[in-house]
Amino acid sequence: MKYMREFREAGATKALAKSLAGAAERLEVVRLMEVCGTHTMSIARFGLRSFFPENVMLTSGPGCPVCVSPHAYIDTAVAYCRRPDTIVTTFGDMVRVPGSSSSLESEQAAGADVRVVLSTIDALRIAEENPEKEVVFLAIGFETTAPTIAAAVLEARDSGLPNFAALCGHKVMPPAMAALASDPEIRIDGYICPPHVSAIIGGDAYRFLADEYGTPCVIAGFEPFDVLQGVLWLLEMIADSKPEVRIQYSRVVSREGNQAALAILYEVFEAKDDEWRGIGPIPGSGLSFRKEFFDFDAERRWPVEVEPTCVPEGCICGEVLKGIASPRDCALFGTACTPESPVGACMVSSEGACAAAFKYEGANR
Amino acid sequence: MCVAVPMKLTSLDGHNGVAETGGVKLSINTMLLPDAKPGDYVIVHAGFAIQHLDVEEAERTLELIRELAEHEGDKEDTESG
Repeated sequence: MKYMREFREAGATKALAKSLAGAAERLEVVRLMEVCGTHTMSIARFGLRSFFPENVMLTSGPGCPVCVSPHAYIDTAVAYCRRPDTIVTTFGDMVRVPGSSSSLESEQAAGADVRVVLSTIDALRIAEENPEKEVVFLAIGFETTAPTIAAAVLEARDSGLPNFAALCGHKVMPPAMAALASDPEIRIDGYICPPHVSAIIGGDAYRFLADEYGTPCVIAGFEPFDVLQGVLWLLEMIADSKPEVRIQYSRVVSREGNQAALAILYEVFEAKDDEWRGIGPIPGSGLSFRKEFFDFDAERRWPVEVEPTCVPEGCICGEVLKGIASPRDCALFGTACTPESPVGACMVSSEGACAAAFKYEGANR
Repeated sequence: MCVAVPMKLTSLDGHNGVAETGGVKLSINTMLLPDAKPGDYVIVHAGFAIQHLDVEEAERTLELIRELAEHEGDKEDTESG
């Protein structure tokens, strides 16, 4: 695996840990947030918290698309599962997320045609191979994933594919980060920005967080060295009171991002106000189809009746997603809520903060 | 969910390419990275190349890692000796 394992050199990680301790001496307690679920997983998997000085707190953010999809989205997906002559295609992460009364997995067990795909292109093939069925793709994900769905929609349009539409649940990251940065209850002193979102939107997309909110941002890669160097850079910027956007993951992320992908993304979708599980509505934080593409909007093309939302009692996924509670603060963690039998979304997705804590740090509360 | 892996693009026909890493081959789409060409390292997410991997930048970071590791190794030698 070229350009992955080389970044896991232990000596360099140790050296960085020492620099971290030195930088932290200049600071009071600082609260950093890793926004991306893949970072959450990487930090838990490599035990990186053990390298952080005591006054450096790192909390997980709302960067797992499965976790932030509101109950109503799952409930709508469930309604499509129950619709006759319909195939529901989805990324695997969604299958076990509990909605108000059911999940895709339960619907599948009850006979619904739910198919897990690795790419939207696979969903297009399923539509081609099943002309007598209507194929709904569950389009979730941030700016990393949304362009791949936009590309598939363009391909479906160009090839005249008549039986493909998407249930759009895409979200965009910077408005959510701004919402958290301006919430006095949360108080984030620095962001580790989501790397592959940044590969698309570019480092400059976070400039307003440094300029207007005074919150330093580092776009760091996923390997242990990357994360520790990113944290070090944040501590330095906080100590110097010089908030900027710095790109540690320079092998992939540029200032301007991937303009070709952004052009395709915004050809098909436009920004809308959207609801985040646990956080609530955030202006400009979601995507919806532009009117030229309404034919590919499942909710317009094939409307379904959706059950009323019912949120499980005791679940604190919302607070966990905002970084004001850790998984172990939840009364259900490790008891009523486990990866085998999840109550909240953060325990379902392998990238959820609760699943990562359960898997790598144990079930004990 | 934003997991993406570096792969080497080995062939390309229109937007349809084949990428490889560690002996694993995968069909990928390059619509989102129109200037990708065979031989490039690309970052692959959900069957699409979404960005280039800049080999020079990667080597620069690796060089820093090697330097830090060496420095750390020297210090440990001194400390233990």
